[in-house]
Amino acid sequence: MDTKAHADETINHITPYRIYVLVWVTLMVLTVISVGVSYFHFGIFNIVVALAVASVKASLVALYFMHLKYEDKITWVFALYPLGLLALLIGLSISDVFFRAVVSP
Amino acid sequence: MEGVEKIEHVHGHHVDPVVEYQSLKFGMWLFIATELLLFGGLFAAYTIFRAKFPEMFAEQHLELNKTLGALNTAVLILSSLTMALGVTSIQRGKPKRLALFLLLTILLGLAFGVNKYFEYSAKFHHHIYPGTSIFFSLYFTMTGLHMLHVFAGMALLTTMLVLTLRGRFSDKYYTPVEVSGLYWHLVDLIWIYLFPLLYLIA
Repeated sequence: MDTKAHADETINHITPYRIYVLVWVTLMVLTVISVGVSYFHFGIFNIVVALAVASVKASLVALYFMHLKYEDKITWVFALYPLGLLALLIGLSISDVFFRAVVSP
Repeated sequence: MEGVEKIEHVHGHHVDPVVEYQSLKFGMWLFIATELLLFGGLFAAYTIFRAKFPEMFAEQHLELNKTLGALNTAVLILSSLTMALGVTSIQRGKPKRLALFLLLTILLGLAFGVNKYFEYSAKFHHHIYPGTSIFFSLYFTMTGLHMLHVFAGMALLTTMLVLTLRGRFSDKYYTPVEVSGLYWHLVDLIWIYLFPLLYLIA
């Protein structure tokens, strides 16, 4: 598909009301699940489940509400590269805090 | 070629309308990237302190009102829905319906703010302040910064509502509405992470 045709398709795409309502219902169900799970104690799995559910919700918001599903590649690059930077920021901060060797003066 | 004709230029600049539409959209996605990194610093601080003091987080988060937090999550998700429905409305050439959905979205943002006001008041009433502990420091900073974003979003959507009522948008031109919507959804997206991280620590 050439770029022009793709641009037309992106611009012309109209998400029907019904799809948005379905996404909303799913988001609400996921919210109820994450609140429900917080009443049980699974140790480390609580945070894993909480973050997994949050990430599914965030993906739904980005893909449908923010229209990312119908965007071209360059928009995906703009949308995804901050996630890589976030991983670097949080990952390296953690490795610094927990693995820094204590040097005696 | 139909798509190119569909988005018409109302200002009369000599710019390809498709180029204008895409630049505005990229601009907002780039801004969203900076916003994610702004919150990223706080999320990094949260991760480090939670890993260092897990007991403090487990104990002190019980002071937060889970019901109010869940209610606010529902309010914000609903506001994202009304925003998205608004964009579809104008794409289908219904500015009155867009105005109604924008108004609903703004009112839901307001409801979120009122709810947050009661939450903060309850904390202050119990003598819990940002300086109380690292956990509450993070709680007030993260939710406070998020609240500022809700206010900014409400201001942006109010501008869009005024422009809609003045008849500036149609099925041929609605780029500012769509781009403002992106910002509003970002505010929802950040809350989707804040809610479980602050309120739902088991």
